[in-house]
Amino acid sequence: MKQNEVPQDGDNLHEGTFKQLFYAVNDAGEYKQPVTSVGWEPENVAMAQAWEEVHAKVEKARERVLAGEISPIAYYMEKNLMDLPLLASYVSKFQWQVKRHLQPRVFKNLSSTMLQRYAAAFKITVQELQHLK
Amino acid sequence: MSQVQFNHVQTAHCESGVISNLFRHYGLTISEPMAFGIGAGIFFGHLPFVKVNGVPGTTYRIWPGAIFQRVCSRLGVKMQSQKFSSPEKAMQELDRVIGEGIPVGVLSSVYYLPYFPPAYRFHFNAHNLVIYGKNGDNYQVSDPIMDVVTEIDPKSLAEARFAKGFPEPKGKMYYPVQVPSGVSLQKPIRQGIEQACHYMLKIPVPMFGVKGIRFLAKRVKHYPEKLGDRKATLYLGNIIRMQEEIGTGGAGFRFMYAAFLQEAADLLQQPELAKLSRELTGIGDLWRNFAFNAGRVCKSRSADNVSYGELSEMLLQCAAAEEVFFKKLSKVKV
Repeated sequence: MKQNEVPQDGDNLHEGTFKQLFYAVNDAGEYKQPVTSVGWEPENVAMAQAWEEVHAKVEKARERVLAGEISPIAYYMEKNLMDLPLLASYVSKFQWQVKRHLQPRVFKNLSSTMLQRYAAAFKITVQELQHLK
Repeated sequence: MSQVQFNHVQTAHCESGVISNLFRHYGLTISEPMAFGIGAGIFFGHLPFVKVNGVPGTTYRIWPGAIFQRVCSRLGVKMQSQKFSSPEKAMQELDRVIGEGIPVGVLSSVYYLPYFPPAYRFHFNAHNLVIYGKNGDNYQVSDPIMDVVTEIDPKSLAEARFAKGFPEPKGKMYYPVQVPSGVSLQKPIRQGIEQACHYMLKIPVPMFGVKGIRFLAKRVKHYPEKLGDRKATLYLGNIIRMQEEIGTGGAGFRFMYAAFLQEAADLLQQPELAKLSRELTGIGDLWRNFAFNAGRVCKSRSADNVSYGELSEMLLQCAAAEEVFFKKLSKVKV
């Protein structure tokens, strides 16, 4: 890749806060000075796609919570980009326990300390955890 | 509180960047590509069973921490490295060490770093950065992939240092305690090159090295019929992200290694290495071409088998080129 071939396809994923650095060659085929880049089209596409997937999962979880199929923990887990093993380690529980807590009828009877732990993992209040809007 | 002058230089990758920045602070000038080369950072691996957010992982570099450890042992730098059981102890020790005016490398999770753009904040736990001082309560950060230094509040830093998941940083921090002043780079360069060739050519597991690229090529070909349109584009998107995203740059690593070879060629008067550097630059361009076309397939979202077949062909081409390249490299007498 030559210095003038370093892609500059910004679509504000970096929000102007930083530019990526690339090693690229000059006309003589030598690496002298790295060049900064504001982004590249394929990377932007892949990134946008990954986030779309996340948003779709979050929205689906929200609908299922509102329909009473799963507990709000499932929604916040998706929203915080967590999966079962990760959430389980944040609340110091086994995965099967967290899985149980995803059932609305089990969630209803969770102790306040347990709710507090989930709220802390998601960085929200217990109030917000219990009453999903 | 004493103000430490820390000379921050933006780099392309966090681990080799922190090495370069930290060592320079102690008068040992090693460029980022040189650190990457001596640490034999170049690699390839495709791990279908290690899933990140439900998508198989692909890596273009050696596992986190390996570059650091190799560079230190090859250059004879002694590091003090610690992990902690609680955030309080970890922050206390950090305060003590930077209080002495020593810049400290810290392992952190990208998810909790507020100065990153939200679009990049996934749960990735092996990001390296340097804390070099305090401004009031806030810590002064030299994050190697940022163009300027920045600050972070203590709460976010503690969260980032104690993120859960794999690998768990456990507040890991490190700083050099003994840095040699003058080192000959010849032997470290030779060891780095030997190790890189070994890892790319000789690991007897199909997922790693040149074999790994072929392994991925075979799988990409069957993505559409095995996974369906939607998942196929997601899997493909992840390969691109691993290749091009900040701090992971797979094709970027090819260019960085080429820069290393050029530097080594000048340093050791080895024109053969300069020739190989140009060859690797060409391979990096092959990878970029692959990413470019994969991006187009992702965008169109139609999983027609022809395009996946073509992508698979491109990967095979990359594999063939890298095999030839590393075989030549392994024969160079450094």
